[in-house]
Amino acid sequence: MLIFVARRLGLMLLSALVLTFVVFYLTNLPPNLEKLARSEGSVRMTDEAVAQWIIDNGYGGSVIGRYGQWLGVVPGWSNVDEKGVPRGRCFAAGSDPALAPSYCGILQGDWGYSTYFRGPVLPNLGEKLGATGVLMLWVMIVMIPTSLLIGILAGMREGSRTDRVLSTFSIATTATPEYVSGVVLVALLASPVTGLSPLLSEWGVIDGKILFQGAASPDRITFWSFTLPVLTIALYGIGYIARMTRASMTEVMTAQYIRTARLKGVGFRQVVLRHALRNALIAPFTVIMLQFPWLLNGVVIVETLFNYKGFGWTLVVAAGNNDINLLLGCSVVAVFVVLVTQLISDIGYVFLNPRIRLS
Amino acid sequence: MEDLSYSAILIRILIQLVPVWIALAVTFAVSIGFKRRLGLYGKLFDSPVGMIGFGMVMFWVFTALLADMVVTFDPYAPFSGMKNVPLGTVLVGASEGDYSHFLLGGDNLARDVFSRMVMGARSVLSIAPAATAFAFMVGITLGVPAGYFGGRFDTGLSFVANLVLAFPVILLFYLLVTPEIVDHRILFFSAFLSDAAELACKAEDSVTADTFACFGLSIPTMLAAVLFIFPIIFISILLNARFFTNPMKRNLYVGIVLVIGLWAYSGLAFNMDPLGVWSMEPNLLNVFVSVVFVNAPTVFRIVRGIVMDLKARDYVAAGQTRGEGPWYIMLWEILPNARGPLIVDFCLRIGYTTILLGTLGFFGLGVAPDSPDWGSTIDEGRKTLNMFPHAAVVPALALMSLVLGLNLLADGLREESLRD
Repeated sequence: MLIFVARRLGLMLLSALVLTFVVFYLTNLPPNLEKLARSEGSVRMTDEAVAQWIIDNGYGGSVIGRYGQWLGVVPGWSNVDEKGVPRGRCFAAGSDPALAPSYCGILQGDWGYSTYFRGPVLPNLGEKLGATGVLMLWVMIVMIPTSLLIGILAGMREGSRTDRVLSTFSIATTATPEYVSGVVLVALLASPVTGLSPLLSEWGVIDGKILFQGAASPDRITFWSFTLPVLTIALYGIGYIARMTRASMTEVMTAQYIRTARLKGVGFRQVVLRHALRNALIAPFTVIMLQFPWLLNGVVIVETLFNYKGFGWTLVVAAGNNDINLLLGCSVVAVFVVLVTQLISDIGYVFLNPRIRLS
Repeated sequence: MEDLSYSAILIRILIQLVPVWIALAVTFAVSIGFKRRLGLYGKLFDSPVGMIGFGMVMFWVFTALLADMVVTFDPYAPFSGMKNVPLGTVLVGASEGDYSHFLLGGDNLARDVFSRMVMGARSVLSIAPAATAFAFMVGITLGVPAGYFGGRFDTGLSFVANLVLAFPVILLFYLLVTPEIVDHRILFFSAFLSDAAELACKAEDSVTADTFACFGLSIPTMLAAVLFIFPIIFISILLNARFFTNPMKRNLYVGIVLVIGLWAYSGLAFNMDPLGVWSMEPNLLNVFVSVVFVNAPTVFRIVRGIVMDLKARDYVAAGQTRGEGPWYIMLWEILPNARGPLIVDFCLRIGYTTILLGTLGFFGLGVAPDSPDWGSTIDEGRKTLNMFPHAAVVPALALMSLVLGLNLLADGLREESLRD
């Protein structure tokens, strides 16, 4: 077991290194650096001035060296610009280089300076992650019980009318990406001109013009502002997890031991709850864990659509504003989330399923 | 003339789609008539779910093909006074021969939403199936030998596939689908060039420097160069494994494939087709390549899994005993037996690719800013979502119905292919 976990961890570390390097390389392409120079320096800089700015600010030199600096395994750059001011990665321009640490990368907790937030990346990113965490918590609370329930009810009696209705519903939700369900939900429930809201406000059921709000904010979490974003993310996942649960449930329900239990006279409800459920829920567990990367996509779309200032919104802003350090920070978080969920799903699967033995 | 009621709008849309209905009716009549002779495709018409799915998919396919007959207006042209108008509004100042109404309203830039949705079908369906097919070619060409041989080759490829899969899709799109990356060429011989020569190479108009030393490709072109070669490799190996006992025939077939394949390859990947028949816009190429790149690893994993399962079968052992080569066994004995799950996954994956393309459009990374494809129109429409939802809802429902149709079709196919 330990060797298995150690090998998985080693592979994960290697993946993380490769992936962050790819992101680093792509965000630090010369055209991006030139754009950065012009937005940080001045728009009317000559090409020579841009090249000089890039060198003065430590973006010259080889990509691998700069990646090492960003990671914190290579000493940070330092130089003196033409005005004689010492500049470096690890200290503010003008202060004494001798006092600064020589290594300052993400390993040392220095995630760099965000040009969009005009501040260090780490606290800003942490705050946004917190906001997304709240959103995700509600998504999980809505998504997991609903999807498991749908899957179990559908898989309990394969081919029944309940099964067909619920399966159609699951297929329909997997065919509806977040940007479609979000748009449709807003049009139906949060628009003052179409859908339910004008009717309800005419009847006097609701005070305002709209039923739910089409925008959400981490500072004011209410039922009316959170329902639509949470529902939008959850819907896409519900169909998928429900289908997996259904497949696994139907398989278990045809197993020999279920038939034995039925023949011994155990009631249907007891068979489902005590015998089938535990085995049927192993496969969905893996699926739920592997769903996290997908949820990450959903989060980016929904936060953009509902203007919720969380992690996904930050990623879009960072990419749109060429904020290299912020984008790198976002990708570290994203890659970390994906790899850790993969690891948990693998290990959890082994724990849950005693039939799998590790060689 | 006055604005239309909802039922009148519906009737007018149905009338406008008459060419599509005719094509659909003919397809269904012929298919059901000959369904016993049509193999798996014919069996599809035994399952109601599969038929509904097939109908929805073919509806959009015919809409895309016959879009020129279906549209009521030029999807790119703005009409004065029609900005954000609701459904069924009369066209202000219609000239002779113009259609009288904006059936599904006007968008933010006063264009006809209905016509844009219809043209969007063409835009989406010209990319999604082709991109999926390329992803399948890459996945099959790499996945079959990885599953059959195993070993280092398999370990290495699986690691790379997992790497790509661990990348959050949207982040990858934001990094790959940008205008900067299209323009930026990476010079292959920069290590041998002086700084001045390198700058001269990078400047677009410089022909002064040695052109060979200046050889460089942008990242999307490099990806295209790698990904687009796989169909040629696949078909060549396929034919070679079948006909190598008959060199005359083999040389003819493989030769034809190589000539046509490399001709298309030079045009599509490098935009250097000497005859100018094959070409792709740099932006389109970028979108296309990114979508193939994201899909290929999943296909690889599926194919690898199926092949690992099938290679323990008796007919494989029989082939090995007969002394058949590994490529013949892989491509002509294992692959045909894996076609059921692969066809099902192909349908599902076209839907997934459609969703991905929509995501790209939604983030404004689409083919062109004024393109009528559904993702871009949803992105444009959401800016006025609260007051004028129709501009975003119409393409959203269109996209949903296409993907739903593909999912139902895949479900029907799965049912029918499991039955035999």
